[in-house]
Amino acid sequence: MQAVSGGYNYKKITDYTTYNPVTHNSKNMSGNMNLTLKVWRQKNSQAAGKFVTYKAEGISPDMSFLEMLDVVNESLTLKGDEPIHFDHDCREGICGMCSLYINGRPHGPKKAITTCQLHMRSFSDGETITIEPWRSAAFPVVKDLATDRSAFDRIQQAGGYISVNTGGVPDANEIPIPKVIADEAFNSATCIGCGACVAACKNASAMLFVSAKVSQLGMLPQGQPERYSRVQSMVAQMDAEGFGNCTNTGACEAECPKEITLTNISRMNNDYFSAKLFREEHAHDQNGD
Amino acid sequence: MSLDAKIPQGPLAEKWSKHKFNLKLVNPANKRKYDIIVVGTGLAGASAAASLAELGYNVKSFCFQDSPRRAHSIAAQGGINAAKNYRNDGDSVYRLFYDTIKGGDYRSREGNVYRLAEVSVNIIDQCVAQGVPFAREYGGLLDNRSFGGAQVSRTFYARGQTGQQLLLGAYSALNRQIHLGKVKMYTRTEMLDLVVIDGQAKGIVTRNLKTGEIDTHEGHAVLLCTGGYGNVFYLSTNAIGSNVTAAWRAHKRGAFFANPCYTQIHPTCIPVTGDHQSKLTLMSESLRNDGRVWAPKTVETAEKLRKKQISAAEVKEEDRDYFLERKYPSFGNLVPRDVASRNAKEMVDEGRGVGGSGFAVFLDFADAIKRLGEDTVRAKYGNLFDMYYQITDENPYKQPMRIYPAVHYTMGGLWVDYNLSTNVPGLYALGECNFSDHGANRLGASALMQGLADGYFVIPYTLGDYLATIGPKPVDKNHQAFEQAKQDAIAHINKLLALKGTKTVSEYHRDLGHIMWEYCGMARTEEGLTKAKGLIQQLKADFWTNAIVTGENEEINAALERAGRVADFIELGELMVTDALMRRESCGGHFRLESQTPEGEALRNDDEFAFVAAWEYKGENQPEQLNKEELVFENVKLTQRSYK
Amino acid sequence: MSEFKQTFNSSLGKKLIMALTGLFLCTFLIVHLGGNLLLFKNDDGYSFNAYANFLTHFPPIEVIAYLLYLCILVHTIYAIILTTRNRRARPVGYAVQTKSPASWSSKNMGILGAILFLFIVIHMGDFWFTYKYNNILGFKEYRTNLVTGERTVTDFKPEYADFENSVATENNVEIVRVKDLHARVAFSFSHLWYVIFYVIAMGAVAFHLLHGFQSAFRTLGWVHRRYTPIVYFIGTWLFAVIIPLGFAAMPVVYFIQSLK
Repeated sequence: MQAVSGGYNYKKITDYTTYNPVTHNSKNMSGNMNLTLKVWRQKNSQAAGKFVTYKAEGISPDMSFLEMLDVVNESLTLKGDEPIHFDHDCREGICGMCSLYINGRPHGPKKAITTCQLHMRSFSDGETITIEPWRSAAFPVVKDLATDRSAFDRIQQAGGYISVNTGGVPDANEIPIPKVIADEAFNSATCIGCGACVAACKNASAMLFVSAKVSQLGMLPQGQPERYSRVQSMVAQMDAEGFGNCTNTGACEAECPKEITLTNISRMNNDYFSAKLFREEHAHDQNGD
Repeated sequence: MSLDAKIPQGPLAEKWSKHKFNLKLVNPANKRKYDIIVVGTGLAGASAAASLAELGYNVKSFCFQDSPRRAHSIAAQGGINAAKNYRNDGDSVYRLFYDTIKGGDYRSREGNVYRLAEVSVNIIDQCVAQGVPFAREYGGLLDNRSFGGAQVSRTFYARGQTGQQLLLGAYSALNRQIHLGKVKMYTRTEMLDLVVIDGQAKGIVTRNLKTGEIDTHEGHAVLLCTGGYGNVFYLSTNAIGSNVTAAWRAHKRGAFFANPCYTQIHPTCIPVTGDHQSKLTLMSESLRNDGRVWAPKTVETAEKLRKKQISAAEVKEEDRDYFLERKYPSFGNLVPRDVASRNAKEMVDEGRGVGGSGFAVFLDFADAIKRLGEDTVRAKYGNLFDMYYQITDENPYKQPMRIYPAVHYTMGGLWVDYNLSTNVPGLYALGECNFSDHGANRLGASALMQGLADGYFVIPYTLGDYLATIGPKPVDKNHQAFEQAKQDAIAHINKLLALKGTKTVSEYHRDLGHIMWEYCGMARTEEGLTKAKGLIQQLKADFWTNAIVTGENEEINAALERAGRVADFIELGELMVTDALMRRESCGGHFRLESQTPEGEALRNDDEFAFVAAWEYKGENQPEQLNKEELVFENVKLTQRSYK
Repeated sequence: MSEFKQTFNSSLGKKLIMALTGLFLCTFLIVHLGGNLLLFKNDDGYSFNAYANFLTHFPPIEVIAYLLYLCILVHTIYAIILTTRNRRARPVGYAVQTKSPASWSSKNMGILGAILFLFIVIHMGDFWFTYKYNNILGFKEYRTNLVTGERTVTDFKPEYADFENSVATENNVEIVRVKDLHARVAFSFSHLWYVIFYVIAMGAVAFHLLHGFQSAFRTLGWVHRRYTPIVYFIGTWLFAVIIPLGFAAMPVVYFIQSLK
């Protein structure tokens, strides 16, 4: 084969001496913010927890909140201390895994974002930041700032689906759906299941989460056959998990990173009362639907 | 050794239907006697687990996240392709097949790709039936948009969250089966090893990430749906937890790893701000429809921009180099991902990069705003502009965006045949975890399509054939292979926990990323790759003596999880470099500087390299052995891609 | 029947009860205010006393009154049940007080409700109980000339202890003898502390209903793009402003009058 070096000039990347991982210093911090963190530390779900104070130094305003915690954890690790545990994964605001109750607000002080999208420029130098896990009987702390949100999964398992098997479904365009309905169902479907609604609610209620799914499927024509059994099953499971009751304060709506609206809750209530008081459908039974 | 991909004989369009007929079936009453292990709950994993459970198999499903809904498929933005031809614009199964083969630079299998195009239409039907709220038109029917590498509108989408909506659809199907008791779900559980008995995959070893408990699970078949390995570059658009461990440990138990060097680097990502950066954020490539990519003409101007002595708006028109428009007059800013990425890197390497770090070029909307008005631009790209503003604190309506390429997808993965079976009978790989359908470059909106095709419409057929062959006899869970694999996993963990050196695991990961990005990234050379190989071996040795792993096994220990994953990434990194060294041609995302056309495009060498490289593990610190699967093209003619 | 039990034991069922009883109490407030506006009629308490007499002696109203007391009790008991459950739902609280932008009233319905309950107990003890079961109230005799409309008022001492009321017409003069609740009202509202307590309680009514009225509609699921703004308007202006102001005006006006 003939090697041709056409119009490209890759001068710099053929200079392979620019990088030496052995001498490379990865700790050149550009930041100059110094913060005090009060962090909830708890070994496991059984252990008692307490607040521990840490200094976060040399923080860049361009860091995300979780990157700031990464920096703190790096220094803890180098000292041989155990790093602060927190849940996180995608770090772009869509997986719903990150949480953190920061200075009295789930996902921190800014609207419509998750903690991983929060940047340190939202804080000022010298500030004290208190970081707590979600607090709810249904979300027990598993370690430090991470909680067990499997109650959400169980609610979805109770009925948050349309019972269709793979294959044998009609052509996608055989079900026309008015755009306004499709868009509204989409708004409800954007829930990321992070649990900020429960964390924000003074009653630790899960109504916004549950109603988002009930609404999405209840609005769409495909969801109609199970509309009234679904809402009963999901509410029953929600109650069994020990969440509080909705008092329509709207804290959930205000803190939801995806701005799911309270209207979903009303839709669910309406469906639930129709189902319980006027309709024939029962909840899905335990062994099948 | 030559590999048999088991592609059915006959005309392309009939291969899959004939093959489905020829596959053995499992008697409905017998299905409940089979246990299937599915690792990963992304699009491929959740759809496979749900579909197999619906058929009657007992499924055990595993994910390392706290919920199956968090798998990284959720982050896919753009859309999903399907040859529905709802637009009447000339699309067809054959055209989708052709575009995908060509986009992959003729390094994928005709049979697989045709099947993918064929079942793509069923995926949309399935998702709509599940309640996935795809974008619609005022008439109530589904909307489509066009995407890179295609001249037809065949991409179905749900705003910029298509992956999320599709995954939640698959998750709901999975939930239904969990409720029915057909799927047993294990969250916060990581696969550490594969159990092979008499050459067949019969189970896995897992670690409960909450308690540290090491467990074994037996099954008649094991499906790996564990995604890609982009995090070998440390910085990528992957989730922090995305890892290669399950696939890599399976590789070490005998499964071949195919084309590991094929990685896709996406051009429109938000640039790195510093070493603290933990991941990169992608912005949809649709931005290139209206944004113009440029860099300053001179290094001096770039220098002033980097030092913030002048602003981008102050750079005069004649001092700007709209390099994509200049070099590719017909495609302009809309050249494929690999071409756009390489050109941005070239600018930076010439010293013409911008931003504080110098690792960025501009994507300018000033002209679009002048032409269309700010409101129209906001309506089209508002959410992307907001995201950019949120991350960078710069207002893209007022000053050009800074963009830089980032690792996004890995086309390589475990080698599988037409049935998605690896060379280890009973071990299957689905979705991004396998290598099968995208060749050397993946087209936009095809990843979601492949994950769901594998899970919903391929594996339910092909798996049955294998299961019918081996019969429903229960797996012997007392076989000493289980205990052996468990002990191996425990020994590995203990070895990691014993590391009490001076350097954090994150630093090793970052170092590995630097090596990979520098030498095995957008442009690769013999010399650089050789050097990288040495550096990685050094890094590996250093890791196993000098890393720090805190805590203990019997608790939640993110440090331990991370250490295990990084150790595997280091080994994989070496194999990627080996593969890139072997492949002395350029194709798709694999660009060898020594092999380019006079125009500087990727120059394939079809005579020597029209094969799949399937690497075979030969033991600790032994060179891996190359096995080739020759690619046979009966339907398409191999040509040079040109976007001039 | 067990299905109903199940429904009303669910979290949503309990909320339904709260909403329905709450809305019933809201409608009562309108009637109650309408009747009490008679206090502002300068007729020596004739209309007011006649109205009070009517309320306590017209059987259908009595049935509704008992329904009302039941609603107050049920609303209170369910509030306690729900609050207890809500407390249990967050056994460990936050160290930093929430800075969520939810409205103050929505977050303090319990305290507001407790103030109102205390108020209702005192209020009913002072007027309703006194009226019905206590003999300390005197009687008034109103003589109205049906031709001229002239009216005279005198105190009236019934001959029998169980006398309740009487209406008679003699020579074109209507004679109405009723219990003088009006005097009791004037007496109570001449105490400053009592007036202050009333005004505070009406403030509590305002904030309780500012959230409660629209919240009940949300709970019932009656939310609509077109109608919900109307519900908010009524909840704010009628129930959180006009009605509490109307009620609070009574003790204030009577107190000022008592100073003369």
